[in-house]
Amino acid sequence: MSAAENPSRAKVLGKLRVSDNAFRIITRSAALLVLALLGGVIVSLIIGSMPALHALGLEFFTTQSWNPVTEKFGALAPVYGTIVTSLIAMLIAVPVGLMIAFFLTELCPMWLRRPIGIAIELLAGIPSIIYGIWGLFVFAPFLQQHVQPFLISAFGNIPILSSVFEGPPYGIGMLTAGLILAIMVLPFITSISRDVFDAVPPMLKESAYGLGCTTWEVFRNVVLPYTRVGVIGGIMLGLGRALGETMAVTFVIGNAHKIATSILAPGTTISATIANEFTEAVGDIYTSSLILLGLILFVITLIVLTIARLMLARIEKRIG
Amino acid sequence: MASSFDSSLYAKRRRGNGISMVLSFAATAFGLGWLVLILGVLVWNGVGGLSLSVFTEMTPPPGSDGGLLNPIMGSLVITMLAVAIGTPVGILAGTYLAEYGRHEKISSVIRFINDILLSAPSIVIGLFIYEVMVAPMGHFSGYAGAVALAVIVIPVVVRTTEDMLTLLPNTLREAAASIGLPRAHMVWFIAYRAARAGILTGILLAVARISGETAPLLFTALNNQFWSLNMNAPVSSLPVVIFQFALSPYAEWQKLAWTGALIITITVLALSITARALASSGKQS
Repeated sequence: MSAAENPSRAKVLGKLRVSDNAFRIITRSAALLVLALLGGVIVSLIIGSMPALHALGLEFFTTQSWNPVTEKFGALAPVYGTIVTSLIAMLIAVPVGLMIAFFLTELCPMWLRRPIGIAIELLAGIPSIIYGIWGLFVFAPFLQQHVQPFLISAFGNIPILSSVFEGPPYGIGMLTAGLILAIMVLPFITSISRDVFDAVPPMLKESAYGLGCTTWEVFRNVVLPYTRVGVIGGIMLGLGRALGETMAVTFVIGNAHKIATSILAPGTTISATIANEFTEAVGDIYTSSLILLGLILFVITLIVLTIARLMLARIEKRIG
Repeated sequence: MASSFDSSLYAKRRRGNGISMVLSFAATAFGLGWLVLILGVLVWNGVGGLSLSVFTEMTPPPGSDGGLLNPIMGSLVITMLAVAIGTPVGILAGTYLAEYGRHEKISSVIRFINDILLSAPSIVIGLFIYEVMVAPMGHFSGYAGAVALAVIVIPVVVRTTEDMLTLLPNTLREAAASIGLPRAHMVWFIAYRAARAGILTGILLAVARISGETAPLLFTALNNQFWSLNMNAPVSSLPVVIFQFALSPYAEWQKLAWTGALIITITVLALSITARALASSGKQS
């Protein structure tokens, strides 16, 4: 009896083994595809930017001229714009985001925490093109009429600040782009800081309260130092977003290829330059210059995001 | 005892605490204010143009009325194709990370790279697909747009699938192994079923993420003024049309842009709220 059954049993088991191995191999190759994607992005961008590197050399990184007619391109203006707009965004979003997280973890009544947390996260869900159209038609005119004239007159007589806030109030420009970026990265900073603040062992906080600390003192001297690595990780993650954000910035930056000291002036960022000009770029050098800009952006964000992830991994390990 | 109590220091500390509380209230109101403001403006400007003709008519030439039928259909098809490409890859990769190679060195590398892809600038993804698909094929196409969006879908699905599978109790796997079930069967018939709500949440989140994406479509799917669902040719999509129409000088186009923006936002917010509800219902059961 068993002699009649054994061959078919072995056959079934063999089949199962084959399908089991096949599934394992398929999942493994899908996982390796993720690695290949990142490699593919880098390699394709490097290959695509070769013509520009050959034609323009290192000058590309040191000049700010951007002339499609003479095919002289320099990355300085977009890189400058990217850094300035992201800096403005972080200057606003970091303190506000941390204060919201403080509110959500220490002060807010329990029943309100979830709704407010979700509302803030919905801000992150709004597509960037919506921020763009809102920024162009609503926010920029508002800044132009009410905020920028005030800034110009308020800082006009102070030596260094006067050059930061000089020129006519265009409405669109680097300040507007930076402010919109601030709103966009706010939810990222808030939700990550809230998560790490929540993970502080209650015992630590309670001991500080037991010593007579106020809520703010507990936050400032116990919670923040304990979660510093995680908070910095969250901030870097937000910075990564701000650096690469495209559509919202493209609408309101003004696309001017020059470096202005005034943050009220129109400028450009790497992503806005690519979005505005790529489909209209004529000639290999022009297209390739834009791809080289993309490569620069990718390398910068890669570094920022790597730091962010390393720090978040460290805090995860500590909190467990 | 009472004389050694420094009441001025105490008052100062109380004041500092009060100020910080006021500031945190203000910050929260500031954050919520933007949400209300943006959604309010969107409804205010978009709802007027919302009519049946938006869903039944083509995009108009400058200066006349029309609808958004072709970009809406284009977006739907591109998004579905992107999900169809990206989801299986994402689920399988997430499965490997959670079920097979959980403690392997390569898995932690993949996890790290995936997290970076998750927040990589989407415009760079567009450039990548332009280089590997549009340039070799010689023309823009809906396929290229769908693949670009699929590249954005993959890391989202990988992450949620892995997280959801990791949350499953190991006793499930041990029970399956004890009755002699091969691993693939355990994953397929037990792990996937137990984690179904979570995996679905990930897919919904990915759809929400890509339905508003504009940058990767600009130079992959490009745009098309006419009715075309030929995926081998440029295809119109809602975000790109909004971009083009909003920056145009024509009032009719700008109005349509607002309406399109409202449609996208409602879709995206509905998707992410559904995903959230699904995730929390999955946790309770």
